Amino acid sequence: MLLRMSRRLGITLFSIAAVIVITFALTRVLPGDTAAYFAGPAATEDAIQEVRVKLGLDRPKYEQFIRYVQDLARGDFGQSLTTGQPVIRDITARLPASAELTLVGLILSILIAIPLGVLAAVKEGSMIDHVSRVIATAGVSLPVFFTGLLLAYFFYFILGWAPAPLGRLDIIYSAPRHVTGFYLIDSLIARDMDVFWAAAKQLILPAATLAIFSLAPITRMTRASMLAVLSSDFVRTAKASGLSTRKVIITYAFRNALLPVITTLGMVFSFLLGANVLVEKVFAWPGIGSYAVEALIASDFAPVQGFVLVMAVLYVLLNLMIDLLYGVIDPRVRMAA
Amino acid sequence: MSDAPLLEIKDVTVEFATRRGIVRAVEQINISLTKGETLGIVGESGSGKSVTSYAVMRILDRAGTIANGSVVFSGIDVREMSMIFQNPRAALNPIRKVGRQIEDVLKQHVLADTRDIKEKAVEMLRQVKIARPEERYHAYPFELSGGMCQRIVIALALACQPRLLIADEPTTGLDVTTQKSVMDLVVELTRARGMSTILITHDLGLAAAYCDRVVVMEKGKIVETAMSSEIFKSPSHPYTKRLMKATPKVGGTLRGLLPDGAELSPAASMPKMSIDKTEKPLLEVRNLVKEYPRQGATKTLGELLGKPAPAESIFRAVDGISFTVGKGESVGLVGESGCGKSTTSMMVMRLLDKTSGDIIFSGEDIGSIPASEFAVLPQRKRIQMVFQDPTDSLNPRFTAVRAIADPIMRLGGISGRDALRARCEELAKLVGLPVELLDRFPHQLSGGQKARVGIARAIALNPELVILDEPTAALDVSVQAVVLNLLQDLKDSLGMSYLFVSHDLNVVRLLCDRVIVMRTGKVVEEGTAEEVLGSLKAEYTRELLTAIPHPPL
Repeated sequence: MLLRMSRRLGITLFSIAAVIVITFALTRVLPGDTAAYFAGPAATEDAIQEVRVKLGLDRPKYEQFIRYVQDLARGDFGQSLTTGQPVIRDITARLPASAELTLVGLILSILIAIPLGVLAAVKEGSMIDHVSRVIATAGVSLPVFFTGLLLAYFFYFILGWAPAPLGRLDIIYSAPRHVTGFYLIDSLIARDMDVFWAAAKQLILPAATLAIFSLAPITRMTRASMLAVLSSDFVRTAKASGLSTRKVIITYAFRNALLPVITTLGMVFSFLLGANVLVEKVFAWPGIGSYAVEALIASDFAPVQGFVLVMAVLYVLLNLMIDLLYGVIDPRVRMAA
Repeated sequence: MSDAPLLEIKDVTVEFATRRGIVRAVEQINISLTKGETLGIVGESGSGKSVTSYAVMRILDRAGTIANGSVVFSGIDVREMSMIFQNPRAALNPIRKVGRQIEDVLKQHVLADTRDIKEKAVEMLRQVKIARPEERYHAYPFELSGGMCQRIVIALALACQPRLLIADEPTTGLDVTTQKSVMDLVVELTRARGMSTILITHDLGLAAAYCDRVVVMEKGKIVETAMSSEIFKSPSHPYTKRLMKATPKVGGTLRGLLPDGAELSPAASMPKMSIDKTEKPLLEVRNLVKEYPRQGATKTLGELLGKPAPAESIFRAVDGISFTVGKGESVGLVGESGCGKSTTSMMVMRLLDKTSGDIIFSGEDIGSIPASEFAVLPQRKRIQMVFQDPTDSLNPRFTAVRAIADPIMRLGGISGRDALRARCEELAKLVGLPVELLDRFPHQLSGGQKARVGIARAIALNPELVILDEPTAALDVSVQAVVLNLLQDLKDSLGMSYLFVSHDLNVVRLLCDRVIVMRTGKVVEEGTAEEVLGSLKAEYTRELLTAIPHPPL
């Protein structure tokens, strides 16, 4: 087990190293001259050249790479030209916002999708199976900006239940002291229930939008996986030895069906984290996705590089976590080192 | 037998709703079972024997319904019945400790409380004769052998103290010795508890050896019911007679397996190829060794149980074996699972690399050619294989003709669609596969037809050596009889040599000139079929033979 974990960690480190090389290469092939952009539209050729030298862009590529890695080691991701801030500060401010949103959205989705998927499989072909199929299909076929706008229109504009879709916190509140960067958690740590509820209210609509979108893959995967397990021999044995339906479905079938579901969850999470730009835009959410897109449009390569790097590292770590979780659930994975 | 029946199945008909309409799996069957009685239900695949038991247990899947008739239990309800299944490893939850699985059943039936539940589970393991039950309590199914898994399944079935046990092919896929110990255990435990048992099997011999009464089913109907002491002496129904005839037994012949007046394959009427037996052997295997690093389940289980890891970290699956196969000769490689017979055949087939030793095929050392390169060499044509599972060894998206043509297209040197088709039709005729079936996909063919496709594919390149890895293990006995005869006729007319890997001594006896008995990677005994299986010199061979169920005669 220890050997397997250390081997797995080795692979993880290798992937991260590969990611660093790729992000570097990727941003160098982006179109647009960074120096020209940084120098401004009125700059002369000399001024642009001066900026280029200042940024080290006149150096050979390998030297640039060495400097890049050295900077990374010091936690320096470079400066964002658009915000004028160090990239690392922008990312640490914005990543928790995206992560909080995605996590809450995913938890909401899991709470609905997994029971729905299990029910659909247990009562295959029944009304509930069809209803779950319709819900899932509808959720994934509506574009997120549309469901987001629809939700905002109903719950904010018509009903007035939700606060204005303007970021993480209403302006009358000040953000809780930064501990984790998750407002829900930070406000609890600060024992400020007003802020907690205010943050929760801001969060609920964008999170619901994400949840609706991610219902489909989770429900469908749960259903398919449960169906396969329910028709297996050991479920038949469990039924034949008189175990209660509940025990058969939860302890015997569901636990065995979990593996593919967890893989799907990991994929959905990492996809949503970086790709929910539209939701962030609709709800003016200061997330990492919109940050990266803005930087990309502005040919501002340092934030793009930082974003890709952070997302890749997160993805690698998430996969590591999923792999370890596999081992916890399935003893065969643990043994097959 | 004067007791009122414990279970009475009256005029039961089970129907399955399928896409092509309603299919009757079981029609108007009547079975009664008294207390303490052991009843065998015997039949080939598709006879409805399993469906009958599912109907009794009320575990038919959604498409199946009891359309007619009734299942009456006197004094017991469904909860007092238990069932054990074929393929014991799959019948256990793969990610739950076996001890916990037994506890689940105990808890469900309120037979233990939290304080003594573990002791009771361990006690159940002890009752099914599992060595070191305290350690095995913590084992997962994949860490146990097939026989041990079946014991766990029996423990599960008995944990709820049933009055009726239904055993559905409980020993299919297990070795004969394991089969014997499992069946002895079932009989001992059920007898001690005064339970009734229904044994469902395709093996008439097994049923007759362990049951009081036998019911023979064919195509969803009961054709004969008799005491097992009677049924072997005087089978009354023609189907029972045919079934008995097709079961390989001591003193029988290959032709004797076939029903009277059965049609033989065209290969039977072809002239026999004359073989010069004095020639050098076709295949010579010398000191063949295959080693695997010892790891995974065995090692981890050892660690888990607190035992020190075994000193040698290498496991010898094949431990220095030598043998020869002559031209036109068929050699049987016999032994229990794990004895190394399949590993040996894979190495000879050049699908697996040896660790050391020589494999000499008609004077050439093919053992030194890496398995990964062998597939494209001209020698590949000369050694072919028929695999164990006729279904799994065919590509489901290839038609029969495409499957047979595959090796010809790669190595056969026949080009042109018509020539290829003609060769495939010729081969199909040779193996007795109706030409009109050539364009069907595997799922549209029966087990026997799929076996024929597999054989036609293997002989398509006129090989000199064919390795047969349990080619009939997945087939019904009547189909097996036909396939075995076909193999013999093909060998005689085409002059091939066979290396026949099997655990079924009676089949080997019929088909093979010489027999090699293997155990733990070594050759235990070697000689002509009569020598080895007739005189029973080696202790181990005797053990294997006596484990084959003997019906009371």
